[in-house]
Amino acid sequence: MNSSATDIHNEATDITGNAKKRYTAGVLKYRQMGYWQPDYEPVATDTICLFRITPQEGVDPVEAAAAVAGESSTATWTVVWTDRLTACDSYRAKAYKVEPVPGIPGQYFAWVAYDIILFEEGSIANITASLIGNVFSFKPLKAARLEDIRMPVALIKTFKGPPTGLVVERERLDKFGRPLLGATTKPKLGLSGRNYGRVIYEGLKGGLDFMKDDENINSQPFMHWRDRFLYVMDAVNKASAATGEVKGSYLNVTGATMEDIYERAEFAKELGSVVIMLDLVIGWSAIQSMANWARKHDMIVHMHRAGHGTYTRQKNHGVSFRVMAKWLRLAGVDHLHTGTAVGKLEGDPMTVQGYYNVCRDSYTKQDLPRGLFFDQDWADMKKVMPVASGGIHAGQMHQLIDLFGDDVILQFGGGTIGHPAGIQAGAVANRVALECIVKARNEGRDIKNEGPEILQKAAQSCTPLKQALDTWKDVSFNYASTDTSDFATTPSVA
Amino acid sequence: MMTNPTGKITQGQFSFLPELTDAEIRLQIDYGLGKSYAWSIEYTDDPHPRNTYWEMFGMPMFDLQDAAGVMMELASCRKTFPGHYIRLMAFDSTRNVESIVMSFIVNRPEHEPGFGLLRQEVGGRSMRYTVHGYASDKPEGSRY
Repeated sequence: MNSSATDIHNEATDITGNAKKRYTAGVLKYRQMGYWQPDYEPVATDTICLFRITPQEGVDPVEAAAAVAGESSTATWTVVWTDRLTACDSYRAKAYKVEPVPGIPGQYFAWVAYDIILFEEGSIANITASLIGNVFSFKPLKAARLEDIRMPVALIKTFKGPPTGLVVERERLDKFGRPLLGATTKPKLGLSGRNYGRVIYEGLKGGLDFMKDDENINSQPFMHWRDRFLYVMDAVNKASAATGEVKGSYLNVTGATMEDIYERAEFAKELGSVVIMLDLVIGWSAIQSMANWARKHDMIVHMHRAGHGTYTRQKNHGVSFRVMAKWLRLAGVDHLHTGTAVGKLEGDPMTVQGYYNVCRDSYTKQDLPRGLFFDQDWADMKKVMPVASGGIHAGQMHQLIDLFGDDVILQFGGGTIGHPAGIQAGAVANRVALECIVKARNEGRDIKNEGPEILQKAAQSCTPLKQALDTWKDVSFNYASTDTSDFATTPSVA
Repeated sequence: MMTNPTGKITQGQFSFLPELTDAEIRLQIDYGLGKSYAWSIEYTDDPHPRNTYWEMFGMPMFDLQDAAGVMMELASCRKTFPGHYIRLMAFDSTRNVESIVMSFIVNRPEHEPGFGLLRQEVGGRSMRYTVHGYASDKPEGSRY
């Protein structure tokens, strides 16, 4: 390398305007190669990502941002002449803004824009391979997190989205104007198919709309999947006859191979189930395949976000769940676990509300306290029904309905099956709590503050509710959340 | 008498609560009108869970602003069909909703015999299930 080339490679600014300089063999700074364009104004067809980056000591944040843009699009570590065979300006992602994260030294927000030509139509696998592919292992960054994403309508329209959607789901189930109620069958492991079906029957007959397999119920030695499906569907139909309502139970069809998954889904359909369940761990392509299958067979798809905490929970590294929720809405799921805010699992209330908005909005507005950095036009894409599940009970009904409204499935597993008077009584307690809070809210009562009083009043004529309130009155999980907004102090739920 | 914990068909928003009084029904109607929903009254003597289309007691009341009007229609429907199931439904015409957003039962027959489950054994251990209303074998209008 001669001395003049060394000078070129040390220049601080973008040199893409000078092709001779730009393509001299050697190593350039990312910001010199066109990945840092502070004057760039994103266009309507761009995808925009907001990354939270933690550069290594001594790494300039602008260079780090440019590196993120580079490594998530066309860059390799050195200059390659073959770039010049391409319209390479289009393929380069452009970092265009870097700001320090308020109150957290060493972390920066970096905005990066991607041209629409970078992505295959209708493929989340392709989008994720770029945006959260190599870049997250890039050495000059200590950590990186994809905080939020704005996808253009032109890209949104290449996806079919939820196979059913929450509006049509309600029409099929004939259930309107209130949250749906569910419960996860417990214990998670060890029940025989016959014992398992007992729990389903009691819960549904008692007043729940749905029962649910747990994420790690597949086809273990204690219960073969076909056995589970057969007993569960007997319970579902029996409960439907006993109540006059449409009932369902999420049959988890997750399996080792796509062939297994299809086989299980086909059997669920043959038995007349209205819903199947998938675990997030099956992967994007499998999810999109099953969304296609579900569209063809009038099936609701319940998505359990098993595994997401490994990359969504820590604030400095990974992918925010709001991004996962956006991708899952595009990939095509009808139900999505999105947190409870008040239960046993991670989730600051406003941040969790942000996930709910992403699932249910027609147009999501920027809302920094809820962690939403961008406006997102959903282009009439069907809506996902969020699911609140994990460590919640009837005594929190007013908080849950106040936080999440009607379009949500509230799942009380322990809070149904652990009822002192039995599973049916647990279901009755939850359903009565739900209906009395919805009724009171519609009547104009302030449920957030008067909730406990409304529940106590309803409990006077409903022993199961009284027992539930007494049993779980002191249970709450008030731990600080790790994933909170950087833009407002968020109230905790009392 | 049905054997579920309520002893009755549990469709709609409020079947687990004591039957709503007229004053309580009116508050729900007001809530819907406040959100610009259109109220509709439907009745049936075939409350099968998959019987989507109950009979309409007139068209949805799109231009009605006052709960009293809905209550008058409801009174008239109850008088005509005292032994039928009657439900109030609210429609929301907002883009991307365009569906029913409230639905609750406001009249029931005195006795609710409910449904039986017919099982047809098919291949292996599989079953075909049919939910069959005990009252639905009788002709329309004479079921309850």
